Amino acid sequence: MQYLKEADLDYIAVGAAILGAGGGGDPYIGKLMAKQAIKKHGDVKLISADEVPDEGFIMPSAMMGAPAVMLEKLPNGAEPEFAFRSLEAYLQKKAYAVLSIEAGGLNSCIPIYTAACLGLPLVDADGMGRAFPELPMVTFSVAGVSATPMVVCDEKGNKMVLETVTNDWAETLARTATVAMGLSSMISIYCMDGKTVKKYAVRGTISLAREIGRRIIESNKAKINPIDSILEVTKGHRLFQGKIMDVQRDLTTGFVRGKLIIEGTEKDKGSVFELDFQNENLVGTKDGKAVAMTPDLITVLDKERGFPITTESLKYGQRTVVIGMPCDPFWRTEAGLKQVGPRYFKYDLDYTPIEELVKENA
Amino acid sequence: MKYRLGIDVGGTNTDAVILDEKNTVMAKCKEATTTDVSSGIKKAVDRVLAESQIAPGDIVDAMLGTTHATNAIVERRGLSKVGVIRISGPSGYSIPPFIEWPEDILTALNYSYEIVKGGYEYNGALISGSDPVEIEKALEKIRAAGAEALAVSCVFSPVNSEQELQVQEIAGKMFGKDLPVTLSHEIGSIGLIERENAAILNAAIRRLAENAYSSFQNVLKDHGINADLFITQNDGTLMSIDYAKKYPVLTIASGPTNSLRGAAYLSGIKDAIVVDVGGTTTDVGVLNNGFPRESSSAVEMGGVRTNFRMPDLIAIGLGGGSLVDLQKSPVTVGPRSVGYRIHSEAKIFGGSTLTATDIAAAAGMVSLGDVSKTGDINKEKAREAVQVMKEMVEEVIDKMKISAGDVPVVVVGGGSILIPEVLAGASSVIKPDHFEVANAIGAAIAQVSGSIDGVFDVATKGREAVLDEVKTQAKAEAVKAGADEETVNVVELEEIPLAYLPSNAVRFRVKAVGDLKRA
Repeated sequence: MQYLKEADLDYIAVGAAILGAGGGGDPYIGKLMAKQAIKKHGDVKLISADEVPDEGFIMPSAMMGAPAVMLEKLPNGAEPEFAFRSLEAYLQKKAYAVLSIEAGGLNSCIPIYTAACLGLPLVDADGMGRAFPELPMVTFSVAGVSATPMVVCDEKGNKMVLETVTNDWAETLARTATVAMGLSSMISIYCMDGKTVKKYAVRGTISLAREIGRRIIESNKAKINPIDSILEVTKGHRLFQGKIMDVQRDLTTGFVRGKLIIEGTEKDKGSVFELDFQNENLVGTKDGKAVAMTPDLITVLDKERGFPITTESLKYGQRTVVIGMPCDPFWRTEAGLKQVGPRYFKYDLDYTPIEELVKENA
Repeated sequence: MKYRLGIDVGGTNTDAVILDEKNTVMAKCKEATTTDVSSGIKKAVDRVLAESQIAPGDIVDAMLGTTHATNAIVERRGLSKVGVIRISGPSGYSIPPFIEWPEDILTALNYSYEIVKGGYEYNGALISGSDPVEIEKALEKIRAAGAEALAVSCVFSPVNSEQELQVQEIAGKMFGKDLPVTLSHEIGSIGLIERENAAILNAAIRRLAENAYSSFQNVLKDHGINADLFITQNDGTLMSIDYAKKYPVLTIASGPTNSLRGAAYLSGIKDAIVVDVGGTTTDVGVLNNGFPRESSSAVEMGGVRTNFRMPDLIAIGLGGGSLVDLQKSPVTVGPRSVGYRIHSEAKIFGGSTLTATDIAAAAGMVSLGDVSKTGDINKEKAREAVQVMKEMVEEVIDKMKISAGDVPVVVVGGGSILIPEVLAGASSVIKPDHFEVANAIGAAIAQVSGSIDGVFDVATKGREAVLDEVKTQAKAEAVKAGADEETVNVVELEEIPLAYLPSNAVRFRVKAVGDLKRA
């Protein structure tokens, strides 16, 4: 039996930022909350998807809105429990375990907090294997699981139970409520039985985040560069190495979207890498040729220490290594690509898996 | 004629300058910093007064930059017992104050805290109203727990400070001067935990800073100097000494800032990279429009995460006293240093330690001391060491640049002799006159600022209207702080859209600066 301890949160926060693929928000607040909760309520039992009984009722827990606002307006702490109890009452069911819908960024830590507070186990899985910006961008949604009934609630005790005709409507209505609640909210969404979790969840992502983070932090303590070790555990590829020459951000739309330009050094000397991002990193091209694209994960790392650099912190002059990691196979299905493939984000590209692109460019 | 006195107290040296109304340097000196701070200041003031022959009564403004309080935090020395009132309920309970603080500082602070109802949303709307009775009870509790100083934080207080002010008023009625109050909105920007942490540190060092600044006042009084007194803050602008006694934490990074500001003034260049070479380290910073570029990430102070604006600096272990090892291949310079003992330990000064200054003298970059003492140095190896120093600085310059083109580089500080006339990435290398006291000059010429930091809805009001609003507010803040309205300009404007929201919520950070208003 595995348990998540307080110290694991330092690892998970770093690993989750790698899986955030440039986005997902700083896990800092979630990390502090989860640590507090574990200190108070004890370690969190981490169970594999296989350990969940078919009929076990699984409830995901997440924050929605601007992670930057949560740095100022910290949660009350009762929201996740409040959300769970409301949905349980509404559905006349008891939660068996907590699930993460997004292993990348801040939402890696929120379900750990929830599980600790409620004394429930956490399923070692999530619905993305990374970070994505919209509610329907989870494997469950693509597989036909309804996002609703869902709960959106705030620190004041306001709550809304939503039942929507589509998951896109859930996104629209929950996002509107979140804005009204002060730009951040806590949600519980995509409630489902154990059988569905086993079928569609991206597995092992919580322990993967912990392992990635552990490798980065421990390697740094031992003064060893962790990048090869990260690639090993994520089955990732080293896409490019170089110095950031330019970060272009389009500020007019209200979304963080932009382009990063990296000039190659060492074995990539003479080459140029371009990375398009919209909250997350979406398409990487080397000398004009795509080398990785969504839904595969692209993360920019600090070259020396291997720590991830989020899209908000990219700056001229940073020495970086760009890595690409394969996404969950589910995303590579036709239905998956329709929801999160390059064309969804308005790139005129047909998805090619990162392994093939790496081979082609070798 | 009226004069200004600028003093910078660093870890090693206390520098002083006297400037006239046209900012011409009338006198300058470097004295060793003393542990009590004030006797070092006294010596420096004695010297510049003697050298310039200026009547003490003609000095109308005196500016002090000091990093004294920083050491108190790092060493956990002389700190007050602090109680915190956080106004956030029902939000905020998930992460209480003092989270992840090191044990030893918690012990030193004998901390206590209470969370009360209140706080604001990003747009200034109430999370909930505050309750005076609840606040009184909370204050009684932290006082009973032994608090000697109070720190008050409130959600989105940089957007609306009313509730923090309310707690200050109630605490004033209950305890008067017995419980000095620090308000978080006076210190930091968005980010409740970091801003609250900064407020707590401020509360902890207030008593100590008050004593230090009072002794500075006494030194000047003893010299017959009857000037208006100011302390320079982290962003290179001034605070009245009375305000600095209340918010000393805002001054703790003023040393490097003063150097950058001095470099801007001395070189006449407003956009440049500044290389400040001291005895042990070299600080490299960036001037944007005459002011230091500020760091955007969280800054740790004595193991405590804070978010006050600090100059964005990279420090490397290269200085006049850096140890040089010519036996190693490649040759190494620093990070170990003889520091202030350079005047006895460097070879050219009759010592036996090979320092970076010896290499500069041997290579003919400066005529200093007795160069014959460096005769045994292998010329080839010395050239290699010069190259190593050059490359160390070039690498940092490149890291600090925000675009690919070459930029002017201004070199200041006592160790400037180590830096060659040509550097890769530099369009020119400028070593202005009086480079060795750039920090004290930076203090003497400092201006007054005001700033705004908040999240605004650009969808309803429109971007232009919001821009106008934040600029006007920042200017008004500068005037409130003592700037001459005629001279106030917006010097910094950051626009950061919040991720994951289509609502066009944008965070603006604006700073306006003007000349000190003359009576």
